[in-house]
Amino acid sequence: MRAHSAAAQSNPVAASTFDSARVRADFPILARQIHGKPLTYLDSAASSQRPRAVLRALEHYETSLHANVHRGVHSLSQWATEAYEGARETVRRFLNARSTREIVFVRGTTEAINLVANSWGRANLKSGDEILITYLEHHSNIVPWQLVCAATGARLRAAPVRPNGEVDLDAFREMLNPRTRLVAVAHVSNALGTILPVHDIVRVSHARGVPVLLDGAQAVAHHRVDVQDIDCDFYAFSSHKIYGPTGIGALYGKESLLSAMPPWQGGGDMILSVTIESSTWNDLPWKFEAGTPNISGAVGLGAALQYVESLGRDAIVTHEQELLARTQEALSHLPRVTLIGTAPSKVAVVSFTMEGVHPHDIGTILDSEGIAIRTGHHCAMPIIEQYGLAATARASFGCYNNASDVERLVAGLAKVRDMFG
Amino acid sequence: MDLKDLYREVILDHNRRPRNFGRVTSANAEAKGHNPLCGDKLDLTARVQGERLEDIRFEGQGCAISTASASLMTEAVKGKTRQEIAQLFEEVHELLTDPSHVPARDLGKLMALAGVAEFPARVKCASLCWHTLNAALGSASAPVSTE
Repeated sequence: MRAHSAAAQSNPVAASTFDSARVRADFPILARQIHGKPLTYLDSAASSQRPRAVLRALEHYETSLHANVHRGVHSLSQWATEAYEGARETVRRFLNARSTREIVFVRGTTEAINLVANSWGRANLKSGDEILITYLEHHSNIVPWQLVCAATGARLRAAPVRPNGEVDLDAFREMLNPRTRLVAVAHVSNALGTILPVHDIVRVSHARGVPVLLDGAQAVAHHRVDVQDIDCDFYAFSSHKIYGPTGIGALYGKESLLSAMPPWQGGGDMILSVTIESSTWNDLPWKFEAGTPNISGAVGLGAALQYVESLGRDAIVTHEQELLARTQEALSHLPRVTLIGTAPSKVAVVSFTMEGVHPHDIGTILDSEGIAIRTGHHCAMPIIEQYGLAATARASFGCYNNASDVERLVAGLAKVRDMFG
Repeated sequence: MDLKDLYREVILDHNRRPRNFGRVTSANAEAKGHNPLCGDKLDLTARVQGERLEDIRFEGQGCAISTASASLMTEAVKGKTRQEIAQLFEEVHELLTDPSHVPARDLGKLMALAGVAEFPARVKCASLCWHTLNAALGSASAPVSTE
């Protein structure tokens, strides 16, 4: 961890002053040039970049601590286990879960949702039951439910989204009914940036005895998350969206639910004893972690969460909200540009279209200026199609972006307009 | 990498005013092309008489590269035989994918697509229409009658 980060942890005043130049300097990749131009990285909603603190933690683990976990009596195995379980404690603290028994390491948000669909879903769903999602979900919070519905005869329903990108909460309430067995919704929309009113969603769902899964992939890095305060039953997120490595993420589940759920994958580490006839399952959370896990990934995730804590989560939110306001303001004044998703409560994700220019062409021209944005349907085809579109351009921000990135985006869009006349 | 190589005037023109846009009436060959990664959609209709492609039109939505490529393709293949089209397909494929490729002959306006090879992420945009044409011609493989 860098010196200023350690200071920030011990000094609450330092944590509230956000030095964006210094934060940017923490991310080595942002110093490279693209086509001879400085890099303006506006694709953090697809994958964020990693700070030196994470890269160092990975190197330290790989060069000094690695062996298999929960296995050997030798020193390396114990150190690796301490590093891995230490990362689990960091995740617990970051989400404010009650216990590390409630934190399952997975490959990412997608695997977390598939875990719940396959384990909880197959054990609890039957023909005629309903799962309620919304129209703005990422495909990873749609397709796993379609698969479990096909297997169980349950039905997938989706609450509508208003033109500004907000979920229609009245319609959502009406769709909750005695057949609803699970609510599974995004905490934050990846395509539009909308922050969903998860407290309200959990409250009305719980009033009907329906558990709630939140897809937190786009939320954890940009919004404060406290699973006890939200009172959700499951919470899923990916490391690589919060400055950690790819291939690792976590599922939070209330202990009462996880305890009652059957394993979904069998193998080493998830058992207590095995005979040829039968096996008994390991305790939580390892019951859901068959096989040698992504140990270094977990260590990297832990380091990423500590890095975010060192910057100050509220300070990051404030900084990114300023960038969001600045970007929406600037883009709303550009001719022929339409913002897609203008909910009052958003993270710094700005989807837009430009009349007469396809998003891919916008993306290629911006890339030639060193500006990286995402173009396409953002793995959320139902909501993009609801706007009558096949694709949008999307600029998404992270803690390392600054006002100059917004200016370069605006200048790049002027170049797009010039080229397409 | 120069943007002007990709967005040449011919490309921008065919994007703004796509030729042969729409549907062929009394078509006997049709195929839909879809690029699931980016959402580009293309609907080709054609009338094939024996070995010869008599008419072809396209509609759909896509980026400038995919729209211009489809427009240029319809102009280039209209009136040609299956064999001539297969030959052209190979030549265009090399033009789109190999930046160092020098075509053995002048491909006319299709040469405007040469810049695509420098932009690997955009090759699929330009080649979607050609793959769709292959599928359409396959669908018309049965002998075609005049009436």
